[in-house]
Formats: sequence, structure tokens, C-alpha cells
Amino acid sequence: MATILEIEDLSVHFPINIGTVQAVQDVNLRLEQGEVMGLVGESGCGKSTLGFSIVRLLRPPGKIVKGRILYHGQDIVQMSQKEILSLRGRKIAMIFQDPLTSLNPLFRIDRQFIETLFTHERGLDKKTAFRRAEKMLESLGISPERLSEYPHQMSGGMRQRIMIGMGLILNSDLLIADEPTTALDVIVEAQFLDLLNDLRRQYNLTIILITHNLGNVAQLADRITVMYGGTIAEVGQANTIFEDPLHPYTQGLLSSIPNIKLDQPKLKTMPGSPPDLVDPPSGCVFHPRCPYDKEICRVQKPETFTEDGRLVSCWLYG
Amino acid sequence: MKNLARYIIARLLLTIPMVFILLSIVFVVLRIMPGDPVSSMLGGHAPESVIELKKEELGLNRPIALQYLDYLWQICRLDLGDSMVFKQRVTKAIAEKIPATIELTICGILITLFLGVFLGAYAADRRGMVQDYVIRLYGIVVYCIPVFWMGLMLQLIFGIWLDMLPIAGRTGPRVFASTFEKTGLYVLDSILVRDFSALGDVLIHLVLPAFTLGLVLSGIFVRLTRANMLDVLKADYITAAEARGIRHRKIVYKHALKNAFIPILTMMGLQIALLMAGAVLTETTFSWPGMGRLLLERIYLRDYPTIQGVIIMIALIVAMASLIVDIIYAIVDPRVRY
Ligand SMILES: Nc1ncnc2c1ncn2[C@@H]1O[C@H](COP(=O)(O)OP(=O)(O)O)[C@@H](O)[C@H]1O
Ligand SMILES: [Mg+2]
Repeated sequence: MATILEIEDLSVHFPINIGTVQAVQDVNLRLEQGEVMGLVGESGCGKSTLGFSIVRLLRPPGKIVKGRILYHGQDIVQMSQKEILSLRGRKIAMIFQDPLTSLNPLFRIDRQFIETLFTHERGLDKKTAFRRAEKMLESLGISPERLSEYPHQMSGGMRQRIMIGMGLILNSDLLIADEPTTALDVIVEAQFLDLLNDLRRQYNLTIILITHNLGNVAQLADRITVMYGGTIAEVGQANTIFEDPLHPYTQGLLSSIPNIKLDQPKLKTMPGSPPDLVDPPSGCVFHPRCPYDKEICRVQKPETFTEDGRLVSCWLYG
Repeated sequence: MKNLARYIIARLLLTIPMVFILLSIVFVVLRIMPGDPVSSMLGGHAPESVIELKKEELGLNRPIALQYLDYLWQICRLDLGDSMVFKQRVTKAIAEKIPATIELTICGILITLFLGVFLGAYAADRRGMVQDYVIRLYGIVVYCIPVFWMGLMLQLIFGIWLDMLPIAGRTGPRVFASTFEKTGLYVLDSILVRDFSALGDVLIHLVLPAFTLGLVLSGIFVRLTRANMLDVLKADYITAAEARGIRHRKIVYKHALKNAFIPILTMMGLQIALLMAGAVLTETTFSWPGMGRLLLERIYLRDYPTIQGVIIMIALIVAMASLIVDIIYAIVDPRVRY
């Protein structure tokens, strides 16, 4: 399989008045074409920041301070504004948490589709553009007539599908979905994940599925990346991570979710609280909460070890 | 659309009680104020008998309640009556002056909106940069300047020191009155008869008064637009549009500005009364022959019927304008249903 995205030593910081938020720190990640990568971790651990830096849409004062993001071998970090604009929506699509607020309420759906098409394909005529939008809606299971509606006339699930449609109408090959189902109710959520699965086959899409819902990733993801405090704790095949988590944080995370199948004696909660990213703990960011915390964990950042085909950043495996 | 029509009718009906309340207040205040039309006409030295005779003739000796009821009945017949000072129908006096006021206020609104909205949007886009600070300073300064003072300063600078623009009236001496017979809106009239030298003359006379009015009100709109834009630019759909590769300028001046414009429209509806007040002062400063000047002149003369008529007219203009704003609102925002 070909590599579509390679993130090398990426650090993203937000300089604020009380210091610098180290939202993403020395992250390495590689995505193969066609896979679904689940990106999980508790809220505030830097998942969205990582997602946004791939399309260079960091909110100020966010800055990529170090590292490379290679998309088909080209470094996104070094791209000019013009180059990055031609990637967004045409090569890399992104959808967000709240479909109700992700569409401009004053523009009809067709206009928003057509604007996207015109942005990337100069000289396209309006009829063709309209037809392509209609076709896209059909493949999303929405009646094409609804193109002439305004966003407020549609349900949340429908709007999230529209968002995907706008991202894929120009055949993007990478989709970054930032908690796409958090705002949807359970049934709509299931339908949406099914759709995502179909689209992935149809378009040979690579998907980064950001979520804090492990159920979502279990359904869809081939591999899982677990983030903690701006760093990557563990990367591996989804099933192996669920069955045999290596990193103590992953273990804690998995035992803290209710599981109907495994007849758990007691739901555990992880002690301690997420790290302060302005002044992160020395050594391994997880050590203050880690049950296996050793001397070395307090002074030195863990290297990334390969264990059983998985990557894990923990001194337990050194 | 049917609902919209119903809404418009309801709004129009609502203006009727509003006008009556306003009218009653004005009626009473005018009669409490010292002075009356007769003494202002005849001066202080006319013999008592002449004054009495004149008052009798104008019906001013009758009990106020009766005068009031008479006047109400007259208004119900859509009749504004005759001036008490000149031999003139009030409707005619107003009709002569109203186009000048409308022309001035429309130009004032356009300047206000154009300056306010674009400067505000630009400042929001350049938040925290020099341009932002300069524009915000402009907004505050302009907001604090009284209309007449602004008018005097512009007259001094552009009319006297630079000697570039006329400082009084609607036209110079070299235009034909016949050019302006159609609507009384001089810009429109001179275009209609294709008299472009008259058009030029009319436009340069409009510049200073329209800018006086426009500049003063633009301050509020700069601040309002900037604040709204900052909010809107944080919205998810802006990020989403950016994620689709749409150009920044298009996002700011199309996606964001259209959304930020909705509260601005509301504000405009509320500011129209202020605009009319500003117009009265501007007309006085620039000898602009509109309703504002008419009102002021007739207040000096205590010409009760004309004063009342002008105030009714201004109230109707304000009501009409805010209704128009509401309709635009419904057109801009698809979520609005009446
Ligand atoms: N615009 C910003 N300014 C300052 N800090 C920010 C900003 N955006 C995110 N952060 C910080 O970066 C860290 C990571 O945030 P985020 O990527 O949103 O986490 P997640 O998506 O995993 O919940 C958090 O500590 C957050 O407070
Ligand atoms: Mg997030």
C-alpha cells in the first residue's frame, strides 16, 4: 500500500498570555492509502489541533513550530497559501462536530455546492456543476430536489451528509472527520457511520476519524492512534488495541468504558486529571497518572518502541 | 409571501395609534409653549382688538379640547389644514420640501452604510493590526461629534479653506427650475431629462450635507459591523468554507458579511429616527430647503398646523422606513418567517 500522509516530528503550539500551550508535541504518524485511522483520546489532548494542522487551518495564535506533514510526498508545512488552498476541499476534505452550524445559513445548498466546484474548477459551466451536485446528493441518499433548500430546512444527519458531499464532490482522497457524530443522535449516528463506510469503498478514501467515542472507532477504524497530552501513546490495529492494549493509558481508557459483552466487575476511572499543556509534566506526560510509573518516566520522554507490530511510546517496553 | 403581506398590513395599522399619540403630545406642547401664531405674525405692538380679531378668525379662542377634536376630525379626513401664518395648504408646504429631505437622507444612509459596513468588516478582518486601531478610533471620534459641528467643520474646510464645494442650497444659480419638475428629487430629475450639467451641480451641492449626515452616523455602524463580524468569523461555517478552499476575501466579504449584516439591518431600523433628527440639523446648517428647515422656521412662527403636519410626516417616514428594513430583513434571512 502507498503512503498518503506522513507526519514527522510535528509540534503545534499556541502562545497565550500565560505561556505556550504545547497542543501537539513531537508527533509521528503514517497513514496508508485507503485506511480508516481512528484518532482517540480525552478532550483537550490535541486531536483537533492535529487534524487542523493537516489542512493548515489552525486558529490563531496556533502555529506549527516544528516538523513536516507529507501528503503524497509533498510537505504541507512548507506550502504557499495558494498551494494549500488548492488542496483544501479538492484533495483533503474536512468535516466538523456540529453539522447544524457548519453550513452558511443564508445560502442555499446548491449555491454552497456550486461555489465549492467553481473555486477549484475554473471555467466549469453552471449546468454541469448543478448536475454534479445532484448526483452527489443521490449517492448520499438525499433527494436532489433538496438542493434548493436552505440549511435550516434539513435535519442534522442530512446536513452532516451534505458536508461530506461538499468535501468529496471534487474527489478528495483524504477525509478528516473531527467528531462527526458527536452532535447526532444514536440512530442517525449509526446510519452516518454506515455511509462513511460505503463512501470509503466507493472513493477509496483514507479517513482520519477523530472521536472520543471508542464505539465509533471499533465499528469503522482499521487502525487506532491513541493520543494523550499532545503526544501519541500508541498506534496499532484496531482489534489488537481493543484486545490487548499496551500503553497504560490505553488500558485505563478501555477499562473506563462500559462494556456489555465483557462482564466487567466494576467500572474503573482513571485517577488524576489531564495534564496542563502549558506546563506539561517532565519526561513522560502520562507518568503522574501511571500505575507503573518508574524513575526514568519522570526524567526522559519515552521513545517509541515497536512491540507486536504496534508502536507504543512507553518505557515499559524499552 | 401571504404572511408577509399580512405582516405589512398589521404594521401599517399599528402606525395609526402611534401617530395619534404623537400628534396629541405635539398639539398640547405647542399650545403650552409661550407665544402663538398671531403675536408672531403681528409682532408685539399690534392693538389688542386686532389680535383678538385674528385669533377669533383662526379659531384660537375656542376651548383647547374643542380645537383638538376639530383637528382630529380633520386628520381623520386626511386633511392637514391650512397654515396659520401664510396663505398656504400645509400639504403643499410639505410636498415642496419633502423631496429635498428624502434625497438628503437617502444619500446619508448610503454613505453611512457604505463607510460603516466596509470599514467595520475590514477592521474585523485585520483585527489587532494598525488598520483595526485606526478604524476603531475613527468610529469613536465620529460618533462623538455633534451633527452641526461636523457640518460647520466640513463647510470651513471644503467650502472656505479649500474652496472646493458649495456650502448651501441644493443648486447653484445657473440651473433651470424646469429641470426639477418631475419628482423633486433633483438627482433623479436631472437624470430623467438628461441634463448632466444640472446633475453635476446637484451632486456637488449634495456632497457636504450628505457626508455630514453620513459620517456622523457611520461611527455606530463601524463598531456594530466590526463586533458582528468578529463573532461571525468564529462561526463553524466560516471554518468549513475555509476547509473547502474558498478564498479568504470571498469568505470575509460574502459569507461572513452577509451574516453580520442581519443585526446591522435591525440597527438601521432603530437608527432611522436618529437619522431624521440628524437631517433636521444638517438642513439647518446647510440651508437645505427640506422639511427640517421648514419645521424649524415654522416653530419660530408658531404655525401650529404646519408644525403638526411636518411631525406627522416625519413619523410616517420613520414608520415606513423601518417597515422597509423589516422586509429587507425577511428577504436576506431565509429563516425569518412572519
Ligand atoms: N485557539 C486556541 N488558543 C489557545 N489554546 C488552544 C486553542 N485551541 C486549542 N487550544 C489548546 O490546545 C489543546 C488541544 O486542543 P484540541 O486540539 O482542541 O483538543 P481535542 O480536539 O483533543 O479536544 C487544548 O489544551 C486547548 O486548550
Ligand atoms: Mg476537538
